[in-house]
Amino acid sequence: MSEHVGREAGEIAALPAGVTVDLQGDTSMRRLHPLTPVLRSWVVLAAGIGFLSTQLTNIVQGEVFGFDDGGGGGGLSIPVWAVLFGGALIAALAYGYLYWRFTKYGIQGEVLRIDTGVLFRQSRQVALDRLQAVDIVRPLVARLAGVAELRLEVAGGGSSEAPLAYLSLPHAHQLRAELLARAAGLDAATPEAPERPLVRVPTGQLLLASLLSGSTITLLVFGVAVAITITVTGQAEFVVPFIPALFGTAIATVRRFVVNYAFTVAESPDGLRIRKGLLDTRSQTVPPGRVQAARVTHPFLWRPAGLVRVDLNVAGYASANDNENEKTSVLLPVGPADVAYDLLHRVLPGLDLAGSAPEPAPRRARGLRPVGWRRLRAGAQATFFVAEEGWLGRHVVVMPHAKPQSMRLTQGPAQRRLQLATVHLDSTSGPVAVAAVHRDQYAARVMLDAEIELERAARVAAAPDRWALPAE
Amino acid sequence: MSPALRTVRLITLGATLAVVAIIGLAVGFLVSWRVGVVLLAVAVLGFAWGAVLIGRQVASWGFDIGSDALTIRHGVTFRELVVVPYARIQYVDVQAGPLIRKFGLAGVQLHTASAATDAAIPGLPAAEAAGLRDQLARLGETRSVGL
Repeated sequence: MSEHVGREAGEIAALPAGVTVDLQGDTSMRRLHPLTPVLRSWVVLAAGIGFLSTQLTNIVQGEVFGFDDGGGGGGLSIPVWAVLFGGALIAALAYGYLYWRFTKYGIQGEVLRIDTGVLFRQSRQVALDRLQAVDIVRPLVARLAGVAELRLEVAGGGSSEAPLAYLSLPHAHQLRAELLARAAGLDAATPEAPERPLVRVPTGQLLLASLLSGSTITLLVFGVAVAITITVTGQAEFVVPFIPALFGTAIATVRRFVVNYAFTVAESPDGLRIRKGLLDTRSQTVPPGRVQAARVTHPFLWRPAGLVRVDLNVAGYASANDNENEKTSVLLPVGPADVAYDLLHRVLPGLDLAGSAPEPAPRRARGLRPVGWRRLRAGAQATFFVAEEGWLGRHVVVMPHAKPQSMRLTQGPAQRRLQLATVHLDSTSGPVAVAAVHRDQYAARVMLDAEIELERAARVAAAPDRWALPAE
Repeated sequence: MSPALRTVRLITLGATLAVVAIIGLAVGFLVSWRVGVVLLAVAVLGFAWGAVLIGRQVASWGFDIGSDALTIRHGVTFRELVVVPYARIQYVDVQAGPLIRKFGLAGVQLHTASAATDAAIPGLPAAEAAGLRDQLARLGETRSVGL
């Protein structure tokens, strides 16, 4: 790289007049899409329009109907508001412009460099061989403007996310293909890999699944209770305090539907491709070998329909926030069990859930799990660790032996009295936790020791980070 | 673990319970000795029980620098055995608060890509802690793999 820069510096003298060269950077550094400042300040714009319209209605009401405007807008007239709002908008646009002016990115050899910051300059280098996933996110406004945000998830700290907002859509696709090709160890000019669709979630099924969730049932039960109380007492006022909570529940259900609308999963040589979203769309690419752990959930309410859900842990998608996980860590929001398991086997090659069944927990686990102790199963297969639990709703959790970050054996006071212990395989953060709960304490120790060996062997034999290159 | 860790923890416990005892005395003089005595008893008994527990807790800590992984064991009521392969170590911290530093101690904390990894060694002589950190960082570096 330095050689390249040196040569360029030597050529500057020969450049024709009128051509400027950014001496600090490299000519390979690019700017974001020119619409970025406008799109970044659109929040201010929307807030302003919203506020102005309420003010306007108040004033019109006041003038036409002679209502007294009791609101906060009291003494201020429309021009004053317009000036305030205009000032805010100009400030936002100016900041947006500066942000755009000072943000540059470019691929330099093995890293993606992103320079940002107006006052405090920051230069971030993203090591491409550590790339865990690449997402193209398009909020509604970005879709209207024909642009997209590119998000890179890198292994490491919590906020390792490196977003590039905004790029033109074709350029976002091209950059994603280039990043994935370089991350795989292929030539940068490799075209976007072809893909083969695996699953498409029908809208009807998603709607059914969203409605058959615990929160909807809560809503229903509450509604019935309210209806009964109202008919008995004839008073409706006491419902009011509960309305915000109900609203929240309803919104969660709607959000789950909107986020996962038109969910498709496709397979390509550079990884798993997931697309979804009704208003904001998200197109995820998870390269091979980046799935840390997976969980198949059989919710009780979906059982008659035979539907299940699949969640993933991918490093970098990590979040303690359920809303965020709903956006990033879902492999299949809803689907028939056979489709889901088929998909799981494709995502985790070598998995054989139909083969050896994991071992059940001992009978005395009943003391701690009076209900569902029979369903506590766990065990190691050739390349995967598998654990199951749950009575009404069931979970099946799988993790490749090559993926635990650490392994733990824990025993609480109640467990000690029953000579039980739990084995945990610690995954990168995400919705899936892997544990063999309430095993016989000696069997648990044997399981831990076996897992230590399996982890070591699998790690040593693991595919290289640049998955397209042959192992060294 | 260094026996000095026990002293440090006893001081911390003592300081906390001393506050309870002082409140007990104040309540006794100002309000009622019935409540005050109860508070004093809580402080004294709490210290005795805590001292026993701290002794066992500190004694329960142990670690082993294996060929491929660090193993840490700790806990009396809630027992835990943690195995962290060196290849998974992202970084190692050495921490020491003011009190623990007075006794020449320091704690070592390991971080992996998993937030669930609970791998810490709380009370080592400061020089030993720094040495352990360097050793672990070296072991992690030579074996480092991707996730």
